[in-house]
Amino acid sequence: MLKQVWAGLRVLVVLTVITGIVYPLGVWVVSRVPGLESNAEGSIVTQNGQAVGSDLIGVDPVAADPNNDPWFHTRPSALAKDPLGPADPSSSGASNKAATNEDYLKVVQERKDTIAKREGVDPSQVPADAVTASGSGLDPQISPAYAQLQAPRVARVTGVPVARIQGLISENTLRGIAEPGVNVLKLNLAVQATKRG
Amino acid sequence: MSPTWAGLLQVALLLLALAVVYKPLGDYMARVFTSRKHLKVEKAVYRVGRVDPGSEQHWKTYASSVLAFSFVSVVLLYLIQRLQPLLPWSFGREVNPGVAFNTAFSFVANTNWQSYAPEATMGHAVQMLGLTVQNFVSAAVGLAVAIALIRGFTRSQRDRLGNFWVDLTRGTVRILLPIAFLSAIVLIALGVVQSLKSGVDVTNLDGSSSRIALAPAASQEAIKELGTNGGGIFNANSAHPFENPNSWTNLIEIFLIMVIPVCLTRTFGVLVGNKRQGTVLLSVMGVLWTGMLAVIWSSEANASGPLALLAGGGMEGKEVRFGIGASSLFANATTSTSTGAVNAAHDSLSGLGGGGTLLNMMFGELSPGGVGTGLYSILVMAIIAMFLAGLMVGRTPEYLGKKLGKREVTCAAIAILAMPTVLLLGTGAALLMPDTAGALNNSGSHGFSEVLYAYTSASNNNGSAFGGLTATNDWFQSTLGACMAFGRFIPIIAVLCLAGSLASQRKVPETAGTLPTTSPLFATMLVGTVVLVAALTFIPALALGPIAEALA
Repeated sequence: MLKQVWAGLRVLVVLTVITGIVYPLGVWVVSRVPGLESNAEGSIVTQNGQAVGSDLIGVDPVAADPNNDPWFHTRPSALAKDPLGPADPSSSGASNKAATNEDYLKVVQERKDTIAKREGVDPSQVPADAVTASGSGLDPQISPAYAQLQAPRVARVTGVPVARIQGLISENTLRGIAEPGVNVLKLNLAVQATKRG
Repeated sequence: MSPTWAGLLQVALLLLALAVVYKPLGDYMARVFTSRKHLKVEKAVYRVGRVDPGSEQHWKTYASSVLAFSFVSVVLLYLIQRLQPLLPWSFGREVNPGVAFNTAFSFVANTNWQSYAPEATMGHAVQMLGLTVQNFVSAAVGLAVAIALIRGFTRSQRDRLGNFWVDLTRGTVRILLPIAFLSAIVLIALGVVQSLKSGVDVTNLDGSSSRIALAPAASQEAIKELGTNGGGIFNANSAHPFENPNSWTNLIEIFLIMVIPVCLTRTFGVLVGNKRQGTVLLSVMGVLWTGMLAVIWSSEANASGPLALLAGGGMEGKEVRFGIGASSLFANATTSTSTGAVNAAHDSLSGLGGGGTLLNMMFGELSPGGVGTGLYSILVMAIIAMFLAGLMVGRTPEYLGKKLGKREVTCAAIAILAMPTVLLLGTGAALLMPDTAGALNNSGSHGFSEVLYAYTSASNNNGSAFGGLTATNDWFQSTLGACMAFGRFIPIIAVLCLAGSLASQRKVPETAGTLPTTSPLFATMLVGTVVLVAALTFIPALALGPIAEALA
């Protein structure tokens, strides 16, 4: 058995060099190829040379004046301090709340009421993804229904016509092979760009 | 396209991709383990390891090599974590002894249960040198054991099962490494990160600033799925957009999870000289997999718990880019193999959806199961099925020309009983501990399910979790670590003993009284045995947890 242990250690050391050093660093070297590198470094989006976020990461923007809220909002995040609010993307995670959790039902109801009030609609019109926390806490997308719900308010506050906002929603909707989703960061950037004209 | 059709399209694409690679990859793996040639890099491994690749091992030597290799793996992985401050790219992160102990067993046992948040605990060097390495070699160990069992069936009057070091090295170098490398590049092209930085600072649109965590994710993601490991480099695992950015990467990751376990049935058929023996096992796996997908998907799509009713759909813990369909598909794939990666929070699944993921693991993870472990688990179950059939007709059962006597059936029984024993004892003991109630994130039957899920996941080497459970106290760290070790190595020893016993037998010719093991009758019996064994063992536990929740 002792013989096997020493053989095991020596084999493990070689396999560590191959799979723990050569392999991951080899993949890293290939990822430096132009075209791959920006993906490998987090698909960072810049505005006027300033990094404003990642294409893939949703962090909810907070309005300076809640009564004049110009932003499309992301889904709730289990990483946020409040029922609705920005996530901390240096971490990630879900709420892990069960379907039967009484305390959590109150949180969901609160989100529903807050969003309905913000958008000036009946709470029954708020879609499911708007009041539930995502798996990562960093979901970059919202459902087209939640984007549509926010469109009139964003149009009113930013002064961009509703029809134009709806066009922007459509342009920033990703239809892969799964369900369609609207990228919130890109949509907000597009609205800002349109507003500046 | 409606969500249902989108989901069905993904299932169809997945099955199509698996069908395309089934024959070439299955045949290739058979050649890998029968070839007489050694690659240069393999020769280097043997030279440094001072092992003779030409020598063959008795089952006891094979088993002690597996145990010795796993033992040094645990020790080295523990040390790498504890010595993190001395390594590059540690970013001031440290690993405490409890986490290091649990993680060492977890990754060596191909479980990848994670009692830590990676972004705050593990630096890039530990991820690469420690965790990525075990993602490769723990999968290769499973593969080696499966191949040794196949040799038990194909050899006659021999007491040797092959050479563990050769099987381990070839599985790593010729199968896992090339597929993982290629997949990692494809994943990066589709948006997965591969960065050596700890994060990037951004100024959000509202003027606030954030730090977005980065990691060398693609290299780990590829082998995490391919080796049915499941340990995420980010806390949110495959729900994190940097690990799994869109529906295409999601589909690729599910494909990687399933590809080796599925194709191994072909390898088995090729090596035993009758490909239909492999397809019949695949059909059994397929029936169980499809049935459980239907259970999980339909209960998620029609989620009727209070939360789903209030919110208007079962989106808690799920990502918009996957939706209900692709989340259910992933949940089924990860628990029907021994992967445990998640793209949605299983704790927030509906009562029956969560129950479905539990039952997948309780089957023993054989539909199609983990890399290697899936094949040997279903072969053990086939032996039990033949034994039951033999009892019914009063004949000594045979399988693939080998008599299943007392020794073979005893080994098979030990292999299938180890998991439920440690699972139920572990769950029961944890429920008696006074601190357990405080570790739960939800109360009532779901709280019970959180504990049951933890021990089910550990004992089956799955690694997924009802993540609300705070499993960081010493009791959970140590008992879950023990469940992972027993759930892994008792079946491995039993399977190698079985293989040794089969190899030493003479082949018996088929007669009119032999039950053909390529018939639908045999497949039906095998499905029945899997379901029956799980049902008899686990219905009481399931009734207290997910079934009670679903009926509430």
